[in-house]
Amino acid sequence: MTGPFSLARFSPLRKSAHWPDRSFRWMALLAVAAIIGLIGLVGWQLYSGSRLAVEKFGFSFLTSTKWDPVSDEFGALPFIFGTLVSSLIALIIAVPLGIATALFLTEMAPQKMRQPAIMVIEMLAAVPSVIFGLWGIFVLIPWLRDHLFQWLRDTLGFLPFFQGPIYGVSMLAGGIIVAIMILPIVTAISREILRSVPKLQREAAYALGATHWEVIRIAVLGYAQRGLFGAAVLGLGRALGETMAVTMVIGNRPEIKASLFAPGYTLASVIANEFTEATSDVYLNSLFELGLVLFALTILVNAAAQLMLRRLAGSGPGKVAG
Amino acid sequence: MRVVLGLCALLAAAPLFCVLYFLVREGASALDWNFFTQLPKPAGEPGGGMAPAIVGTLTLLALATVVGVPVGVMGGVYLAEYGHPRANGWIRFAADVLNGVPSIVWGMVVYTLLVVPLKSFSAYAGGVALGLIMIPLVMRTTDEVLALVPQSYREAALALGIPRWKIITVIVMKTALRGIVTGVLVALARVAGETAPLLFTALGNNFWNQSLAEPIAALPLQIFTYAISPYDDWHRQAWAGALVLMLMILVLNLAVRLFARTKTVR
Repeated sequence: MTGPFSLARFSPLRKSAHWPDRSFRWMALLAVAAIIGLIGLVGWQLYSGSRLAVEKFGFSFLTSTKWDPVSDEFGALPFIFGTLVSSLIALIIAVPLGIATALFLTEMAPQKMRQPAIMVIEMLAAVPSVIFGLWGIFVLIPWLRDHLFQWLRDTLGFLPFFQGPIYGVSMLAGGIIVAIMILPIVTAISREILRSVPKLQREAAYALGATHWEVIRIAVLGYAQRGLFGAAVLGLGRALGETMAVTMVIGNRPEIKASLFAPGYTLASVIANEFTEATSDVYLNSLFELGLVLFALTILVNAAAQLMLRRLAGSGPGKVAG
Repeated sequence: MRVVLGLCALLAAAPLFCVLYFLVREGASALDWNFFTQLPKPAGEPGGGMAPAIVGTLTLLALATVVGVPVGVMGGVYLAEYGHPRANGWIRFAADVLNGVPSIVWGMVVYTLLVVPLKSFSAYAGGVALGLIMIPLVMRTTDEVLALVPQSYREAALALGIPRWKIITVIVMKTALRGIVTGVLVALARVAGETAPLLFTALGNNFWNQSLAEPIAALPLQIFTYAISPYDDWHRQAWAGALVLMLMILVLNLAVRLFARTKTVR
């Protein structure tokens, strides 16, 4: 760690600091305080905004499946279910694909290909959510409906997840689009983790007569296991909060269905869709409580991911940024 | 094995090419002079453009810069120049966690902070929402580039008796200026396409914005509204809007590359 100005810290200059010095320092401190304060502020605003709903529904808010603005009955379960299931689908697709891509980039790809390939993945991260949504509506959904979903129903139709009518907009479509969106971060973090595997590990495995693939499996993946898990958790943190693209392809129906072809709804989507239309106070407060649930979920998951990755980075906090 | 992993990498990159292909194919055909100069037409009437949305997005980005950059940069300065190593770890942790807060949550928070008290959706509220998202990003990059400035610069300046705030602003920050600007551009590129936090702060507007205290149009909002509408003409314009937005973001990213290439910083 390059220490912050350690020389000056103990120099006599600091005590006799003039007012410009002191005020500059205070300004910097204030900025940091603002950043720390922001987390508290967000939590407090969401909590105070949802108080009516918390009082009225209590714990049953989280377990009720009823979402009926007309009769002022609100329950969060369909949205929690939708958020978790779509994120899970996204993880199932994006984590293996991201790790495989990272492995290819660090272990196998020809040197000349690496930089351009990394740039492509980075550019994928630059595409705004709303553009993925647009593409999802007009390109991805028709293709899924006419090809992939039909095929899934024909081959895996004996499973309850792949039964029922196909509309196109669905939980599965939402999961797929989230997978595309979290792929860049999962790949980037995995790549960093894989690059930090010591050379010695590989050499030792080679010395024991392992083939290239065995080296990767035992020496590299085995060593990087926990870091890759951290990358997946970070991806989960992103997936939970994805809003626009999901809203545009998931179908927006607050139901809990076993079939992945059925439409779903997520916490972020319902807020995006109904916030400006909330007519009663309880309605608005319920949406705030959904926001609070979403905030709590993402904070927990992100904090866990950061702690996992940080412990691995070893050489001081902040080496692996999100 | 090599082939399998290579195919995975290809599969990972495929969506990008697919999105870009359709953006160009669908967007370019709807892109004409009117798109850049005209107001949106009422639903069902063909023609019209997204001029206010383009200007609105630029306005919002300017407001976001005013909110996000000073706080972010000063926070980074504190971490790199004043902070205590152990406290810094926690502050960075907090910033990284904050970075993971979904953008729609920022929209809700700014709604209660600005929209409700001022009784109106406004450009200010939209700009603040985007600015808040920028803060942790700008802070982390500033922190990182300031740490790259050699310690000897500071010591030399200190030996000359220069006050510390001057050392930081005139010497340290100037040396790292490229890196700081790069960080700001990265953050801008990220918030330029944000839609969710604008839904209930900037709200959108089909006319020219008269004052910053009024709702303002923004490209991502307009794309969203047009995409989920039932009109074919609006769909075409949504593609055109998406193409323009993507080009804006690519230009920002290109600027980042140009800035980051020269000098060692970043």
